[in-house]
Amino acid sequence: MNERKPVGQENAMEAAATRKKTTNKPAKLGRDVQARLGQQLRSMYDEVVNQGVPDRFTDLLNRLDNNGSKDAQ
Amino acid sequence: MAMDESVRKAILGSVPSLRAFAISLCGNVDRADDLVQETLLRALANIDSFQPGTNMSAWLFTILRNHFRSEYRKRRREVEDSDGHYAETLKSQPEQYGQVEYREFREALNQLPQDQREALILVGASGFSYEEAAHICGCAVGTIKSRVNRARTRLAELMHVNSAEDFGPDETVRAVLASGE
Repeated sequence: MNERKPVGQENAMEAAATRKKTTNKPAKLGRDVQARLGQQLRSMYDEVVNQGVPDRFTDLLNRLDNNGSKDAQ
Repeated sequence: MAMDESVRKAILGSVPSLRAFAISLCGNVDRADDLVQETLLRALANIDSFQPGTNMSAWLFTILRNHFRSEYRKRRREVEDSDGHYAETLKSQPEQYGQVEYREFREALNQLPQDQREALILVGASGFSYEEAAHICGCAVGTIKSRVNRARTRLAELMHVNSAEDFGPDETVRAVLASGE
C-alpha cells in the first residue's frame, strides 16, 4: 500500500500557492479584454437603465408632493 | 411638502440608474425596487441636508448604499434567486451578445466580493469618477482604484479570458465585421 499522500494533493497545494501569488500581484489585463468586460458590464446595466422610471416611483413622488401642492397630476 | 421642481426632476432622473445599481447589489429586481423606494423616502425626509448644486445622483447612491449595507445585506442570501430574476429582467440582452458568454459574465460578477463589485459598477457602469465612487463608498480614492483593478482581474480569471479572442468565435467574427473587413 502506498502510505504517501496522493501526488495530486501536493500539486494542488502548489497550485494554490501559485494562485495566491498571482492574486496578490495581478497581471495587467490587455486593453481589449478590459474593453470587452467594460462593454458587457455597461450593457447589463443599461438594460435596466433603459427601462426608464417605473410608475411606482412617479406615483410615489406625486403622492408625497400632493401633501403640499395641488397641481401635481 | 411641496417639492421643488428641479429637485423632483433630479430625483426621478436618477431612478433608472439607482435601480440598476440596486439590482447589482440585491441580485433581485423586486427587492431592488423596494430598496430604491426606501432610498427615495429617506432622501425626501432628509432633503434639507442635500446641498443644492452638488450631485443629486451621487447623494442618492450614497443613501441607497448605506441603507443596503445596514438593512439588506444580511438578508441577501435568504431569498437567493438572483440569477432567475436577472435573466427575467434582462431577457432581451442575449440577442446582442452570445447567450453563454452573457450568462457567464453575470455569474462571474456575482462571485466578486461585494466591495469589488460595487466599485466596478459605480466606476465602470454608473459613470462616476473614482473620487465620486470613493465618496459614495466612504473610502479613499486609492481603495476604489485597487478594488476596481482587482474586480477586473478576477472577472477575467473567472471567465478564463486571456485575450479578446477567448470570448468565442461569435465575438471574433463580430469584431472583424465591426472593424469593416
